[in-house]
Amino acid sequence: MTRKISFKTAINEALDLEMTRDPNVILLGEDIVGGSGAPGEADAWGGVLGVTKGLYAKHGGRLLDTPLSESAYVGAAIGAAACGMRPVAELMFIDFMGVCFDQIFNQAAKFRYMFGGKAKTPVVIRAMVGAGFRAAAQHSQMLTPLFTHIPGLKVVCPSNAYEAKGLLIQAIRDDDPVIFCEHKNLYGLECEVPEESYAIPFGEANIAREGKDVTIVSYGLTVNRALEAAEKLARKDRVEAEVIDLRTLSPIDWDTVLESVESTGRLVVVDEANPRCSLASDVAAYVAQHAFGALKSAPQMVTAPHTPTPFSPSLEDLYVPSADAIVAAVGKTIARAKAA
Amino acid sequence: MNANITPIVMPKWGLSMSEGKLTGWLKPVGAKIAVGDEIMEVETDKIVNVVEADAAGTLRRVIGEDGVVYPVKALIGVIAGDDVADEEIEAFVAGYSAPASEEGGDEDSGARYEFVATPFGRLRYAKRGEGAEVVILVHGFGGDLDNWLFNIEALAGAGTVYALDLPGHGQSDKKLGEASLGWLASAVIAFMDAVGESSAHLVGHSMGGAVAARVALDQPGRVKSLALIGSAGLGPEINGAYLDGFVAAGARRDLKPLLEQLFDDPALVNRQLVDEVLKYKRIDGVEAALRSLAAGVFPEGRQTSVLAEGLKASGIPALVIWGETDRIIPAAHASALGAGAKSETLAGAGHMVQMEKAGRVNELLLAHLSA
Repeated sequence: MTRKISFKTAINEALDLEMTRDPNVILLGEDIVGGSGAPGEADAWGGVLGVTKGLYAKHGGRLLDTPLSESAYVGAAIGAAACGMRPVAELMFIDFMGVCFDQIFNQAAKFRYMFGGKAKTPVVIRAMVGAGFRAAAQHSQMLTPLFTHIPGLKVVCPSNAYEAKGLLIQAIRDDDPVIFCEHKNLYGLECEVPEESYAIPFGEANIAREGKDVTIVSYGLTVNRALEAAEKLARKDRVEAEVIDLRTLSPIDWDTVLESVESTGRLVVVDEANPRCSLASDVAAYVAQHAFGALKSAPQMVTAPHTPTPFSPSLEDLYVPSADAIVAAVGKTIARAKAA
Repeated sequence: MNANITPIVMPKWGLSMSEGKLTGWLKPVGAKIAVGDEIMEVETDKIVNVVEADAAGTLRRVIGEDGVVYPVKALIGVIAGDDVADEEIEAFVAGYSAPASEEGGDEDSGARYEFVATPFGRLRYAKRGEGAEVVILVHGFGGDLDNWLFNIEALAGAGTVYALDLPGHGQSDKKLGEASLGWLASAVIAFMDAVGESSAHLVGHSMGGAVAARVALDQPGRVKSLALIGSAGLGPEINGAYLDGFVAAGARRDLKPLLEQLFDDPALVNRQLVDEVLKYKRIDGVEAALRSLAAGVFPEGRQTSVLAEGLKASGIPALVIWGETDRIIPAAHASALGAGAKSETLAGAGHMVQMEKAGRVNELLLAHLSA
């Protein structure tokens, strides 16, 4: 049956279901058991925000609390994957990924290619992404473009609890390394989620809202901002925006993006990452190259500015793309069309 | 309140609907309205459909605006006789307040459906109405109880109406003990036992019609009458390409053109309808269940189980309804039960005739149930 649960609970449920289904699924990370590791709810924190709470009591030694050394346990997870396990490593904040780039970029991403398809690396690396959590510049980055840039990695960034559960289950079942990006400000957001197990295929974008006037492409938390913007546009300006949730950045569903722009003629890309070499610039460039004739106005990008995330709350609120900024960007695509 | 004033309100289609978007008026202000006229089009999180007038008169006020979302029971327009003064209509509009929803707020939307444990797994169902006559609605292959979205409320006037999700479907357990009509029929009988109903009128759509017919033949004492809508079990032909495609489709792009085959008007298949079916199809075990069911009941695109002769011999009262442009099971099967059964084929409707021509189907069903 279906009930309302939070994004955080959906992640927990996906891990639990896959650990139950497949004994090769193991979890590694800092404090994912927590406390002294006693098998009771009371003594196990289940990670810094409680995402893995309760799993130690059920699955015991298949959850490994690791030392504070990302390079060591991410490497261990990748090695275990190459040897037949299906590890899920939790990196807490994606900002810490820097110390394990060799393991991820040079090892995990390359095994299948360099061993002529004879090796597979079914590892999932979960990490929190995004700003808005008052956690300052070293715990707030949206580093999705870095991983999308590397062939051999799959990059997933869900926008709500339903998507999170189905995409994480698919990530664990997938035979390639998957970077699974969880926006920390989505953890409390609830929606209808089936109790049962289900997998959402990679490379298929979700049309979160249909519309005929403009295409808004986004992923992760900002899909919700885009939907808010679309409602405002419909109410105030009678502009019907189509909102596309990419779901997976690698592989990416170009067909859905192009089909939508071919029908609306206008594109706004919303990306919480910094603007240079981002998903925003990637999607804008791809559409400009492949659907130039359909465009009625220049594609617009709504992103964070090219600066570190500020610690000042008022500045941080300005930093993250807002619904109003998206409405303004849509306005530009339409104003230009009228002027033409 | 003037009895000659009838409010047009946002309808409630199915248990989970809390709001709907008015997508267009089909009549202008001042138009003469007859009962059953299509007056406006509404889009919900499931489907787009037209709202038919339930009173005659003149469309005196158009309140709802195109493209705006309204809660269920919100006032969208007013039908009244020409003799009613404008002031009276103004007063009616000003004084209108939507009746409180009996379901409570949005928070408990999951609680609107019920579940019951049976030897055939946990089955989900919806129950409406209270009367002595019991009606059970059985959906078709790959469907669920929301296929009766536009029927369940209307039929509740005739008695106690249940709509269930068959095993392997909707939110019922996905395991099939056996991929056969007989096994599904036993599941329906187990459902009747579990909810404490000894006998019922069975209304079946598509494969659900064949299941209902199987129940009637296996346990005639428990079936008061049958209503078979675009039903399987009445002839060997069925659209095998549709079945294969539906089982295999995992992406919106593949599924949408298939779902469009279910309707006379393909525009009824909106994003939400496709999403609902995709969400169901992604659940572990669903594809296997559907694949085995298609192979067991409709092998190689043929219906192995033709029950028409048995039904004719049984003497069970039966009503047959078909959509004229049904592309899944040919409308020619509508005459399979011969003169002994009332049969009506509706123009402008495809396989999902109970959705596309809900008003007429409900009328036919109510007349059949009270006969």
